[in-house]
Amino acid sequence: MAHPLAGAVPEAPDAVPEFPMPRAARCPFDPPPELKELQERGPLTKVRLWDGSEPWLVTRYAEQRALLGDPRVSADTDTPGYPTKASPGGGEGKLSFIMMDDPEHARLRRMVTAPFAIKKVEALRPTVQRIADDLIDELLAGPRPVDLVEAFALPIPSLVICELLGVPYADHDFFQDNTKTMVHRDATPEQRGAASREVAGYLSRLLSERLARPQGDLLSGIAGRITAGEIDHRQATEMALLLLIAGHETTANMIALGTLALLRNPGQLALLRDTGDPKLVASAVEELLRYLHITHLGRRRAVTEDIEIGGQVLRAGEGVIMVNEIANRDPAVFPDPDRLDLTRDARRHVAFGFGVHQCLGQPLARMELQVVYGTLYRRIPTLKLACAPEDVRFKHDAFIYGVHELPVSW
Amino acid sequence: MKVELEADKCVASGQCVVAAMEVFDQDDDGIAVLLAERPGAEHLDSVREAVAVCPAAAIRLVEK
Repeated sequence: MAHPLAGAVPEAPDAVPEFPMPRAARCPFDPPPELKELQERGPLTKVRLWDGSEPWLVTRYAEQRALLGDPRVSADTDTPGYPTKASPGGGEGKLSFIMMDDPEHARLRRMVTAPFAIKKVEALRPTVQRIADDLIDELLAGPRPVDLVEAFALPIPSLVICELLGVPYADHDFFQDNTKTMVHRDATPEQRGAASREVAGYLSRLLSERLARPQGDLLSGIAGRITAGEIDHRQATEMALLLLIAGHETTANMIALGTLALLRNPGQLALLRDTGDPKLVASAVEELLRYLHITHLGRRRAVTEDIEIGGQVLRAGEGVIMVNEIANRDPAVFPDPDRLDLTRDARRHVAFGFGVHQCLGQPLARMELQVVYGTLYRRIPTLKLACAPEDVRFKHDAFIYGVHELPVSW
Repeated sequence: MKVELEADKCVASGQCVVAAMEVFDQDDDGIAVLLAERPGAEHLDSVREAVAVCPAAAIRLVEK
């Protein structure tokens, strides 16, 4: 079957476009217009990065899924052709197994899959509900307006990760303060680096304690792998840090950005506010995952063997960028893709990526978002934006897209 | 219909369990387990969804 966009726009542009592209100022929830134009032209195109390299950009759903599931692409940042995200001096360290290939990737990943099994995540739901309810109690008792990012969106995943890893209650404030600095807009690179080292050092010490006295938590599980000689202490610390970083800012931005999207679509917000149906809440989470675009810089890979796809040949040594947000707006898969419709079946989105690297924590992310979206608007039905919509500042330059702050009142 | 699962390909995303809870479960490490190799026709749609969302292409549906 022909793609609905086939033949929509004539031949490719003359110049190689630069990536990333700017969003339209008035459409912070839509992919950049230039990206949509490229999608209309074809499934694959070359783009130019900050360092002058010209990797492939994959703009359509089918080709993104095929490539993300293809063993001939590498997630290892050292593979020739890997498109680097960082600008000069930005730094881009390797973060445990998400930047490795199989079989080592699979070996390490399987060490931490257990706590993310659906039933174990479900067992955590009452705890997450309590965390959300407690934070909402505090919001309601506190001053108005309040920044929802600082008071709600960031603490939720931070406290959930504390529960998951087994961070003792007495250390929650230390953990929250440092994780906040790690992602804070006003923190200097030095402050962020120092906070990351504080947290890494803390996790390393906690691992040592669990080595001596194992408990039932995730860190004890990782410590057990050290005891068994499968990984060393440094790898174990990296793994714990990865789980923290992967689940923290991403979830926080989904909460804040999702709330803003819903405030701008009051009809859709009303659906969530007035429902007691967990199926509708679950459907809303999938649609918001499809519609929003947290990882806007794209999943990146390097080609290790020539691949023929979408009428092109990707050569070994070339880079590939898959921007999931544009795949999630592919009209071949999601009719009327730019419309936020919480009742549509959006389950096939690629917000968590695809292939062997697909997000490990997705069951936890889904459950957290179900609790949050299913609770916040129900408990604060008059929730509203407390600034002019044009004054909301978006994180256009950050690794993870979202809003810097979200002043709300009720 | 017959469902085939290649557990060594599984990356423990849990997507099959969400899509078709009567047909798939997970072991202690989160790796997919087949509960019913020949589920009833009423599960066809949910098994198809599981096949579609599995990130590791570890599930196959043989329709008869």
